Amino acid sequence: MTHHDPGGVGTEARATAPTGLSDADLVRMYEFMALARALDERMWLLNRAGQAPFVISCQGHEAAQIGAAFALQPSKDVLVPYYRDLAMVLYFGVTPRDIMLSLLARRGDPASQGRQMPGHFGSRRHNILTTSSPVATQVLHATGVALAAKYRREDTVAWTCVGEGGTSEGDFHEALNFASIHRLPVVFFVENNGYAISVPQRKQMAIENVAARAAGYNMPGVTVDGTDPVAVYAAATEAVERARRGEGPSLIEAKVYRFTAHSSDDDDRTYRDPQELEAQRVRDPVARFRATLLEQGVLSEEQDAAIRSRITAQINDATEFAEQAPYPDPSELTLHVYGS
Amino acid sequence: MATKLLIDAIRDTLFAEMRADDRIIVLGEDVGARGGVFRVTAGMIDEFGEERVIDTPLAESSIVGVAIGAAVHGLLPIAEIQFLDFIHPAMDQIMNEAAKIRYRSAGDFGCPLVIRAPYGGGVHGALYHSQSIEAIFTREPGLKVVAPVNPADAAGLLRSAIYDPDPVLFLEHKKAYRLIRDEVPENGHTVPIGKAKVVKEGSDVTIISYGMMLHESLAAAEALEAKGGSSVEVIDLRTLRPLDTETILASVSKTGKVVIVYEANKVGGVGAEVAALIAEEAFPYLDGPVMRVAAPEVPAIPFSPPLERAFLPNAETIGAALERLAAF
Repeated sequence: MTHHDPGGVGTEARATAPTGLSDADLVRMYEFMALARALDERMWLLNRAGQAPFVISCQGHEAAQIGAAFALQPSKDVLVPYYRDLAMVLYFGVTPRDIMLSLLARRGDPASQGRQMPGHFGSRRHNILTTSSPVATQVLHATGVALAAKYRREDTVAWTCVGEGGTSEGDFHEALNFASIHRLPVVFFVENNGYAISVPQRKQMAIENVAARAAGYNMPGVTVDGTDPVAVYAAATEAVERARRGEGPSLIEAKVYRFTAHSSDDDDRTYRDPQELEAQRVRDPVARFRATLLEQGVLSEEQDAAIRSRITAQINDATEFAEQAPYPDPSELTLHVYGS
Repeated sequence: MATKLLIDAIRDTLFAEMRADDRIIVLGEDVGARGGVFRVTAGMIDEFGEERVIDTPLAESSIVGVAIGAAVHGLLPIAEIQFLDFIHPAMDQIMNEAAKIRYRSAGDFGCPLVIRAPYGGGVHGALYHSQSIEAIFTREPGLKVVAPVNPADAAGLLRSAIYDPDPVLFLEHKKAYRLIRDEVPENGHTVPIGKAKVVKEGSDVTIISYGMMLHESLAAAEALEAKGGSSVEVIDLRTLRPLDTETILASVSKTGKVVIVYEANKVGGVGAEVAALIAEEAFPYLDGPVMRVAAPEVPAIPFSPPLERAFLPNAETIGAALERLAAF
């Protein structure tokens, strides 16, 4: 892991760290990242075409999410995500069709059957906890999942994600405190994109790295370049292994950049200099990882073209599938209020 | 059948179910060595250990939020909020999370959680150890709210709440803890959530109440009947959400007159919902106005005894309402 300059805009190709990732793993990582990006872009297209009322985006977070996801075992670990974690939930088994059903609020959306806004993930089958809109509430749930997992002697790690904005909430601090007291198998993953909607980090906190907050709870806190999936994978693996060994929670801060407005209802030109955004384009995690893999000979142009065309086909299929899916029937409004 | 105080009925049920089902854990402030500030969990940590009886930091949102996480991952947590007055830091977790998990996931997840909280006045608890703010919760679909005051009802409803698939707010009247004693059936006795109880039959007027006000209502009813006045039916709601509309409407249809008694603020209280229900569903049967006897519109109960007494309804104020209603 690295403690990189948060304002740094590196362009160098990173060497692959000795992480045990094979070339095939790296290509798979890249494909998940590219899929998430392309799916995200299609959602914006549908929004701007008037077909999708709301989009919230993962663009810029893909490397952080996929680096983290590869350190987890979706068959037994529990993901407690937040609304930007499109790439992570894809890795855990949610499909582009599922995402499009949610985007268009159609019946069959496995997260909520059209009840929640897009980006509010959840799937018991895929070990993804249902999530809400108030930020950082999920961090306590992950702590509770870890408490139950430890009590039941399961080899389960709870992995929860939150933006740096959410780290100002009391729930975030209460969760870190509780988890550390009980040495719970949970990892707190902060995707720090520098903005809480419009508010820059300097107005959110008086520290440079969110990871510094870990010290107050006596747990390891590391800052990692969230545009480098391999670096994130290395940090995540260490935290997950520590949790599995019963040594308690960790805090990982992945520094990323948000390439879109907060959501489709936001206009980032009112608070963010377009030049800043353009300057950050060189840190685009998908483009950089592609360049690195090409340069290292891990990926060929032909392979990349095949991946791209596979992704396009998947997204076209998902879009068409969701467009043809029925809306929920009004009679479904009153279902699932109580279980008995 | 043994007679027990309310507090012992609750404690004994907790012990019995924790012995029977190791999915149950208890967490809250001072629930361990201290056994809770009211001693409801006394001795529990010795028998079940620190893993199942968790003394938490002073942070109510984490008490409920962690319990939610444990509930969705296979446990049956019982979270204790030390006083209902202190529940506000946990409101987001209760209202936006616990109450909505099933609905927002279209049934993919449930949240089998019990939140126990002592409430109620008359114990010199002043503004912040006396509140009856149950109506905040009873307006929330997805939550269930129970407020038993009879020991047998408390035991039976607690058992139902623990195994209920949804979050249940379990309200314990702190003045009743060591005041109300009654027979409690042994061995797995349950009381269904959502059922009121006619605790005294009568024919002329119905009192609908819950908590300690049930006992003030019974005293008022008996005083009126001793004077040769109306025959009074008294209903203990026991569950505040979902309301037992059948029992309420059957009684009002029979008597045609109703007084709703509760110690919370009158405006927007549980009694307001009961009154609206009766107005909508039983209007043809009414022979007088639906009346409420409740606390005045001041923010909370003062400490000084005369002020505390002036805040709470009692058998005399309830009796006065009964006589006004009888005159119609």
